[in-house]
Amino acid sequence: MTINHEELAARLSKAVVERTAIEPLTDEHPDLDLEAGYAVQRVLREQAGPLAGWKLGVTSRAKQAQVGVSAPVCGFLPAAAALDLGEPLHAGELIQPRAEPEIVFVLGRDLHGAHCTAVDVLSATSGLAVGIEVLDSRFRDYRFTMADVVADNTSAARYVVGTPVPPAGIDVRLVGVLLEKNGELVATASGAASLGHPAAAVAWLVRRLALSGEGLRAGEVVLSGGLTAATPVAPGDVVTVSVDRLGTVEMAVTD
Amino acid sequence: MPVSDPEAKARALYEARRTRTPIPPFTDDDPSLGMADGYAIQRELVPLLLADGDRIVGYKVGLTSKAMQRMVGVDAPDHGPVLASTVYRDGDTLSLADFIAPKVEAEIVFVMGERLAGPGVGPTDAARAVAGAAAAMEIVDSRIADWRIKLADTVADLASNGAVAVSSRLVPLAGLDTRLVGMTLTRNGELLDTGAGAAALGDPLAVVAWLANVLGEHGVALEPGHLVMTGALHAAVPMAAGEVYRAEFDRLGPISIRVTGDAAERSSTQGGPA
Repeated sequence: MTINHEELAARLSKAVVERTAIEPLTDEHPDLDLEAGYAVQRVLREQAGPLAGWKLGVTSRAKQAQVGVSAPVCGFLPAAAALDLGEPLHAGELIQPRAEPEIVFVLGRDLHGAHCTAVDVLSATSGLAVGIEVLDSRFRDYRFTMADVVADNTSAARYVVGTPVPPAGIDVRLVGVLLEKNGELVATASGAASLGHPAAAVAWLVRRLALSGEGLRAGEVVLSGGLTAATPVAPGDVVTVSVDRLGTVEMAVTD
Repeated sequence: MPVSDPEAKARALYEARRTRTPIPPFTDDDPSLGMADGYAIQRELVPLLLADGDRIVGYKVGLTSKAMQRMVGVDAPDHGPVLASTVYRDGDTLSLADFIAPKVEAEIVFVMGERLAGPGVGPTDAARAVAGAAAAMEIVDSRIADWRIKLADTVADLASNGAVAVSSRLVPLAGLDTRLVGMTLTRNGELLDTGAGAAALGDPLAVVAWLANVLGEHGVALEPGHLVMTGALHAAVPMAAGEVYRAEFDRLGPISIRVTGDAAERSSTQGGPA
């Protein structure tokens, strides 16, 4: 069966609007591969309005081994999907939200190239911040293949970015990360949980974007990959993420 | 009903340690054994080990993560002594021959600067009494066959302590938030896991306070120079010969150990006890 990227993107958009999970696209299109997934994602991106930046997914080696891949995936961040500091997450707008801790890179200058490394990323970074990413797979029970999740913009739904701090002297590989929900510790990690080094994850993104002649722009933010397993959130929850040397961000969840 | 014949059970553990031959769990014969019974056996076991010339240089606290507590079905940590004969330094080689079924855990260790005795000790008191923190690894090991432990079994078995490796780089606590200290653990250079201090009871200093209060019930105090191993920041990793484990802690630095299968190598390279 021919794959119609626009039609699949429309299905995903409809799931968002109707807040109703759908079955994986690969159930119907077993031949939907990763690149076709990115083609669907690009259709969504063209309809998303102004972009604030990018995000990484599947950045933990354990997760990669679990799903049988050796590289992360990426998605885009619509400016409209940002929650401001102190702004609550309206869970009623979403299907099955989960939150995860992130280290966020704020770009000080444009960055592109097929040979980008973590060193290039760090020198182009003007600030590092604590982030919370809210995932919301449009697929029932988060059941999907890599091609599905890429088409679904890597489950991106909402995000919060804390106050950036200058990156000089901070080893983001080693900073401690705490995810708490309602005052209870859910999980801990250090920055290395994302691909061994969060800047290496961002460098992978830059190399990936270079395949389509794109790159990062000054002022864009990059969520460099979930550092712990994502935790489900519901109205009444308060999610707190603390990253050593970067600070703390809190997000309340309402209906 | 108190545990029957704790002396004999302690003797069985002593022999299991000496011969590196595991024994069946005590809770197989008596499933009703609980925490107090475990400590009753531990109290009989420690003098047997000290009679061989060993000495207590500190304590390890285990079951400090919610995940571990859930697995054993408790809501509190446990503890056992750290013996001088089991202390290694950064870079040392450990022989599998000295253990039964060893696993590696990266931990923050505190070194006591002042005497600290419960009851009534809080994390602030603990912070004042601690000289500093350092990077450490614990080798947990079980004298109970196949790690088939219930709470009483592991408590009796010195809280499954096998050995510790402690960095000599002692970092003062001033300005250090041990909850947030990040950690990466690698094996032969490959990232295994990450964590942060809070994985130990929410705050490693709370572990020191908990320990001081529990020991205080038995008139025992933490003494200057004592080590307090505050609990794993990740899931324990089974050890195999030929591996190099390296834990790196933000603000505290690294610690590494090398694992060999060769029993002779240990005594020829570094002699074990620090």
